[in-house]
Amino acid sequence: MEQFTGTVWVLGDDIDTDIIIPTEYLALKSIQDMTPYAFSPLRPELAAQIKPGDMIVAGKNFGCGSSREQAPEIIKALGVRCVIAKSFARIFFRNSINNGLLLIENDALQAAVNEGDTITVTVNQDIEHNGQHYEITSLPQNLVDIISAGGLVKAMRKLNGLD
Amino acid sequence: MKPMTMAEKIIAAAAGVDCVQAGDIHTVEVDQLLSNDGTTHLTIDMYHNKLKHPHIADVSKLVWVVDHNVPCDSPKTAASHKKMRDFAKEHGITFYEGAGVCHQVMMENHVRPGELIFGADSHTCAYGALGAFGTGVGCTDYLYAMVTGKSWVLVPETLRFNLTGKLPEGVYARDLILTIIGQISANGANYMAMEFGGEGLATLTMADRIAVCNLCVEAGAKTALMEVDDVALDYLKEHGRTPKHVFKSDEGAQYAKVYDIDLGTIRPIVAKPHFVDNVVPAKECAGVKIDEAFIGSCNNGRIEDLRVAAAVLKGRKVHPLVRLLVVPASQTVYMQALKEGLMDIFMEAGAIVMNANCSVCWGSCQGVIGEGETLISTGTRNFKGRAGHPNSFVYLASAATVAASAVAGVITTADMLE
Repeated sequence: MEQFTGTVWVLGDDIDTDIIIPTEYLALKSIQDMTPYAFSPLRPELAAQIKPGDMIVAGKNFGCGSSREQAPEIIKALGVRCVIAKSFARIFFRNSINNGLLLIENDALQAAVNEGDTITVTVNQDIEHNGQHYEITSLPQNLVDIISAGGLVKAMRKLNGLD
Repeated sequence: MKPMTMAEKIIAAAAGVDCVQAGDIHTVEVDQLLSNDGTTHLTIDMYHNKLKHPHIADVSKLVWVVDHNVPCDSPKTAASHKKMRDFAKEHGITFYEGAGVCHQVMMENHVRPGELIFGADSHTCAYGALGAFGTGVGCTDYLYAMVTGKSWVLVPETLRFNLTGKLPEGVYARDLILTIIGQISANGANYMAMEFGGEGLATLTMADRIAVCNLCVEAGAKTALMEVDDVALDYLKEHGRTPKHVFKSDEGAQYAKVYDIDLGTIRPIVAKPHFVDNVVPAKECAGVKIDEAFIGSCNNGRIEDLRVAAAVLKGRKVHPLVRLLVVPASQTVYMQALKEGLMDIFMEAGAIVMNANCSVCWGSCQGVIGEGETLISTGTRNFKGRAGHPNSFVYLASAATVAASAVAGVITTADMLE
């Protein structure tokens, strides 16, 4: 079972796509150019603080709002290993899977962790924090396959023998 | 056969099976594919750079609309429009530029009851006003459906809203849907379909219905659906189209929850910053100073909304410290407003009338607001920074409340104006 350990950043409820990437930066040339502005309406300093392998823990309805696919792409480009939230908005959920960004639903973790804490995620099994284990529901295998291939296009290329 | 909801029937038809139920995943034929200049350039890049054998399954299903940054405001958006325009021309894709906001263009020209429509835009759920299953997707899902003609969908559970009675004078569909979102919360319908029916539906015009369905994504809904009645069929006929299927939920269909809503109890409402479900009676916000007012968008820029605004503004002046932007949702709406003399009323009141486009609602083109400023809007969202500076404030309300507030300089309902 895939397992990884990292530091968490903690956000609240209803983190919308205009928070994740405000409209005014969508015209920038590349996702890399947009990453410094991730979460800027809420926490302008956050994008520079996130290190590869970190995780985001949030409340309900993460990713609500626009269908802009730049939202999960930017989170992935920042090196965020996964987002753990009480719930995700559906378009964001689909876009994340299609871009190979792992999302985990969990009700209890957000209240238990402090920013900077270390957690260990065992995919499709549980999250460990300070010796406490939080069970997580498993994603259907076809979605896991898409995420581990790095997204829908890569998964289809693999399936069609192109890579 | 097991009784089915409208959402289940449309998915069953699109999947070519007799029966589906909530929770199933099905591969479906998508009937139409809408995309706009918010993200089409990304889809085109993926089409060229990531596919081994790029092709389009059925070009007649594609509708592309330039509506988010119209006219262009920078060389960057000009380049992305050119990419979209050139690609559409090369492949023979139905293409609109400057014709209006994509969802209004789709309602006026393309949507048919019973269709399953993907839009690379979250407010695609508006098509439920004509009994079509419209749902928002990102550009990877869009590309997949464009190349294969198909996609997969999880059959959603349905929340049923039984409408009775009639909206009181001075209360609008926008007050209704904001009230519902406040009641069920910003993720109260997450992954679900919101279905509307009951005797009260007949009292809602097509404009009302589009406003209600369009905003359901702000409750997290995957789609919104309204029963197709004479109002819908007349609209369709007037616009020269016929239904694909007219579906109605079966007696005994499974709903996750049923809500009974007496339209007569709805009152003018305002969604305060920074969440659409942060609603209060409009009168509770009375006196909040505003800097800008916006009437337009796919939610509330139709002729009916402009008439409501014009009735408030006739013989009055916009407050000297307020900018009022009026932006028709389509060229067709604009022309009709001209014919009815509404534009004269707006101009005489001191409003700024803009071309049909997404405008302030998208927050990156016209009329963005500065640091510390407050906007009252008929747009779709009031997220932090949505209309410009990260430290600014957006209140959502009906066209009547927005117009009245523009006159008063503070949030006011139309009946409070002298």
